[in-house]
Amino acid sequence: MEITLTHYLLLAMTVFLTGMVGFVVRRNAIVMLMCVELMLSSVNIVFAAYSRFHANADGHVFVLMNFAVAAAEAAIGLAILVEIFRRRRTVNVDDLKALME
Amino acid sequence: MSLITDHILTWVTFLPLLGSVLLWTIVRRDSHARIFALVVALADFVLSLHLWFHFDSSRGDDQFVEKVAWLFNGQISYHMGMDGISLVLVMLTTFLGPLVILSTWKAITDRVPEFMAFLLFLQAAMLGTFFARDMLLFYVFWEVMLIPMYFIIGMWGGQRRIYAAVKFFIFTMVGSVFMLVGILYLYFQAGSMNLFDFLEVALGHEAQLWLFAAFFLAFAIKVPVFPLHTWLPDAHVEAPTAGSVVLAAVLLKMGIYGMLRFAMPLFPDGVAFFAPAISILAVIGIIYGALVAMVQPDVKKLVAYSSVSHLGFVVLGLFSLTPLGVAGGIFTMIAHGLSTGALFLLVGVIYERRHTRQISEFGGLAHEMPVFATFFMITTLASVGLPGMAGFIGEFMILFGTFGSETLAHAKLMTILATTGVVLGAIYMLWMYQRVFFGKLANEKNKGLPDLSLREIAVLLPIVIFMFWLGVRPGLILDKVEASVATVLAPLNGGPILTDDPGHHALRAEPEPGQDHPVFIVRDTENQ
Amino acid sequence: MESHATESLLRWIVLVPLLAAAVGGLLNRRLPKQVAGLLACGAVGVSFALSVTVFLRLTRMPAAERFVSDTMGTWIGFGNLQIDLGFTMDPLSGVMALVVTGVGFLIHIYSLGYMAHDEGFGRFFAYMNLFIFAMMTLVLGENMLMLFVGWEGVGLCSYLLIAFWFNDEANAAAGKKAFIVNRIGDFGFLLGIFLIGTTLLPHLAEGEGLFSFRTLQHHAGIMAPVATAICLLLFLGATGKSAQIPLYIWLPDAMAGPTPVSALIHAATMVTAGVYMVARMNFLFVLSPTAMGVVAAVGVVTAIFAATIALTQNDIKKVLAYSTVSQLGYMMLACGVGAFGIAIFHVMTHAFFKALLFLGSGSVIHAMSNEKDMRVMGGLKKKLPITFWTFLIGTLALAGIFPFAGFFSKDEILWKTFSSELGGVLPWALGFLAAGLTAFYMMRLVVLTFFGENRASAEVKSHIHESPATMTMPLVILAVLSLVGGWIGWPHFMGGGAWFEQWLAPVFSSGHGAAAHGAAVHGAAAGEAVHDTMMEWILAGASLAWGLIGLGVGYFVYMKKISIATSLRNLGGGVPYKILLNKYYVDEAYEGTFIRPGYLLSKNVLWKIVDAGLIDGLLVNGSALVVAITGSVLRLFQNGMVRFYAWSFTIGVTVFVLYLSFSG
Repeated sequence: MEITLTHYLLLAMTVFLTGMVGFVVRRNAIVMLMCVELMLSSVNIVFAAYSRFHANADGHVFVLMNFAVAAAEAAIGLAILVEIFRRRRTVNVDDLKALME
Repeated sequence: MSLITDHILTWVTFLPLLGSVLLWTIVRRDSHARIFALVVALADFVLSLHLWFHFDSSRGDDQFVEKVAWLFNGQISYHMGMDGISLVLVMLTTFLGPLVILSTWKAITDRVPEFMAFLLFLQAAMLGTFFARDMLLFYVFWEVMLIPMYFIIGMWGGQRRIYAAVKFFIFTMVGSVFMLVGILYLYFQAGSMNLFDFLEVALGHEAQLWLFAAFFLAFAIKVPVFPLHTWLPDAHVEAPTAGSVVLAAVLLKMGIYGMLRFAMPLFPDGVAFFAPAISILAVIGIIYGALVAMVQPDVKKLVAYSSVSHLGFVVLGLFSLTPLGVAGGIFTMIAHGLSTGALFLLVGVIYERRHTRQISEFGGLAHEMPVFATFFMITTLASVGLPGMAGFIGEFMILFGTFGSETLAHAKLMTILATTGVVLGAIYMLWMYQRVFFGKLANEKNKGLPDLSLREIAVLLPIVIFMFWLGVRPGLILDKVEASVATVLAPLNGGPILTDDPGHHALRAEPEPGQDHPVFIVRDTENQ
Repeated sequence: MESHATESLLRWIVLVPLLAAAVGGLLNRRLPKQVAGLLACGAVGVSFALSVTVFLRLTRMPAAERFVSDTMGTWIGFGNLQIDLGFTMDPLSGVMALVVTGVGFLIHIYSLGYMAHDEGFGRFFAYMNLFIFAMMTLVLGENMLMLFVGWEGVGLCSYLLIAFWFNDEANAAAGKKAFIVNRIGDFGFLLGIFLIGTTLLPHLAEGEGLFSFRTLQHHAGIMAPVATAICLLLFLGATGKSAQIPLYIWLPDAMAGPTPVSALIHAATMVTAGVYMVARMNFLFVLSPTAMGVVAAVGVVTAIFAATIALTQNDIKKVLAYSTVSQLGYMMLACGVGAFGIAIFHVMTHAFFKALLFLGSGSVIHAMSNEKDMRVMGGLKKKLPITFWTFLIGTLALAGIFPFAGFFSKDEILWKTFSSELGGVLPWALGFLAAGLTAFYMMRLVVLTFFGENRASAEVKSHIHESPATMTMPLVILAVLSLVGGWIGWPHFMGGGAWFEQWLAPVFSSGHGAAAHGAAVHGAAAGEAVHDTMMEWILAGASLAWGLIGLGVGYFVYMKKISIATSLRNLGGGVPYKILLNKYYVDEAYEGTFIRPGYLLSKNVLWKIVDAGLIDGLLVNGSALVVAITGSVLRLFQNGMVRFYAWSFTIGVTVFVLYLSFSG
């Protein structure tokens, strides 16, 4: 079976939905963060696939940029979570309502 | 030297900003901050003197022009220029700058470097507003001006400072947003943010009305024109003295300046359509401001309402659409800047000593503080428009110009009503003076108040000198603005309009930086 | 423009007092009293000497060319609006300059004594010099706007000097009232100036000064269609400054100031500025019979109205104040019937004898330890002989007794009123009646003050003394002037040359439209000369007799039969007396109709309801409230629940994507 663009897109969709569902149903901030990373990855897949499909390198550029953004985001996000955990002893988002108003 | 003189407008504008940045970062001691700010303001005044002495009064176009492409292939540029109208307002600003700083010596003791930084920042923004000839640049300066004023009122103000600061901010912001929409509309029509390109856009009648309304609203709030004035008394009462002085002397003039520079030349149809209504509002403002000023128990509020009255005169002069009325309006702006600025300084002096501004708390102060009483009297008379002092010339020209206006509906009636403002002005000012200074010194707390210090005299004396000087030699201002007024009013008479780009129609030349020899071209209008 | 002589001394007539005022004002208490006094008097003296010098130069010129000017450059120059900063002197302003600086000089000298013990000595003289400066600007100003500068300037000095003893709130209030009432007049004056300006501006040649009196006179014809409006507006200004109905109310209150101020400003000089202005603008006024009629009517009504009030006043200065209002009415009457020269003649003689009377009353008040109520005076004849005799001369002059100065000017006014086609029998009769009343109330004043027994307390009595020489010397000089000052206007019918009128004739006979009128004024004696001379003798005799009767009745009533005065007072249940004593309740009427309602309207309606309630409350804070309510609804969505946000976001994006997919 030849692997076509459609397959890549289906994969990307699966990964994205996994991430999305995980993001809205889980309460653990670390898991939610990982779900966000999943969604970003799915977008990367789409970029790479289309890059190949159109036979130009633009998509790869964006993939690389996304990597950088994702890495930075994960680093900062985790650092914040560690700090929150140190102070609150929890990373359950339902317990973190300081942003209200 | 040419490094400075070739970019003089940039230097004049950004020197205070530089000072402001240094105050935020390096100069952190209170005493150092005061002296540093004073030196910067004085230096800025000295720089602006170059403008005064090298200005060519015979020309009505922009001088000392600086133009550098900024964004979108030069559609938006850093375009600074100065004509006579800008010149006199700039001189007022830089002249008052050092005096205002000197007046805060004792009044501000809390977070001094920040306060001075805000004052200088404010000065930079105001100067930029007067110089900017690119609408985006103008808008940036216009809005940036709000920030330091907001903090000056909000951080160093009186009891209800937050309310006043927010009210001031929101009021002005609301107007500006409509103007921004107008600017964007014009930008898409003209393909550039340059004021002179805007002037060439042939707008439909309907569009002119809407655009004029949008621009006018922004400027009318700033002036303020009745009934958009209620932010002013609150802002003045809550602002610290220095804030009130700058607010009254320069900031209010931004609105008038905006009308004169933008709203009126850009939309002649809008002016023609709205002028009768606006002149009625102006006359209401004159009388209403005076009557309400009369019954104020708080000196500062009284002066604030008197500003509403005085600026009503200016708006009336502007919309008389006569060169005389407009020039009188400009003159009154300067005169009002001096007299009302001085009045706020004087009120600040007494507030520093007694921590109240209620008229009922005073009485008989002339016994304890004769020098203060004298300065106050002179300033009161200047504000009342005594002939021989600056205020009279402006009022006279406005009223005379309006009386003779052929375009304004009911010009004679308007003048008659406005002239009653002259009578009312004498009533509220002299009555206040009588209650504060005359009579017996009844209140124990007023006994032994120290008279003006040398520093306070040094602040007030230059202003007082100019009140007289301009009253006797008004040509000082009038000569500078005469040609510019004709230029600004030209589009309203279907006359030639100013462009800064001679080859504009033939080929779209790249804007040349530093080009400072604009020419007149005749606009192709339908009626030619 | 015709060429004319320049005279650079003119500016110094004006500027020397200003400089002295500046020096005196700035140094104030640091200056010893002697130096301050000398400086002030010296400055006015110099000003007087210079005025005389220039005046003499005028006399050596041919009659038609008596005009010198001194231009200090452009004042307001904008487009074709050209207003110069300059001074001129012609026969009219020359006379005024001499009167102002001359009488001013005497009053300054007098003040040295009167104010000697006042702690505000330096301030007083600075203000006085400032006044001379302003008054000279008014008189010598080259154009209407310069005149207006002086006009407001004298108003300011009047304000400052009335409120000089500001310790008493009433004095301060009187000063403020004077300034504001004058401002109401200025309202008219300004509008008159605007109307002149807009009418003339399109017709001016390059560089012609718009408001210059010469230009105005030259182009008077252009203004003919609007002359009535212009003149009435200008006259409104004149009623303010010259205390005519309806704006006279400030002058009696102005007596709160030191007495030399009352003499200088509120009798001799400033209050005549309105008359001067009307005379100066004579070429316009003659174009409008309506305006002339109004001027004459207001003048004569004021003359009789104020004279009746003066009958009942008990304050010595108030009597003189109402007398001044009344005499100013005469001057206006003269202007109104076209006898401008006579009006100025009366300005001059009145300056002499009214200044004398005020200074005399000042001497009395000084002696009586600042008592102004005549009811506690009396019997001062012996103790203040110089004051008494000079005061008596002033009284005779004011009553119009031959050969004192007042006789000549007042009689001429009445004659011109009678004979001019603008006048008539009725205005003459009213003026005649007022003349008798004048003689009566002046005699009442003299008797109550100087005759009989002294009614003061023993304490005050012990201090009564004649004033020092600095005060009596000016009295004597003014008394001499009150006697001989009228002789320069010795009329034709009595064998004189009416020299004063001739001197002013060039000013009042040139210009358009004035020719016809000139005949009415100056040629009055030419036509029907014999008949007129006869009539003139009769009227002069009648008014002299009438004045003597007034004096006699006054003397008889208050000296011999005081019961007559009491029964007059109780006439008609005392109501007429009460009305007069309370000055026809005019102040109360103004208070009730304009001042209180205006204040209450401003405070309770405009400020509290319109400003704070409607605009700020409803519109401004109302819209803020709407925003706040909207915000408080929207804030429910910002609950800090991260998962709520996540769900909202997800659902939102889903809906959006679905919409995009299916909307095509």
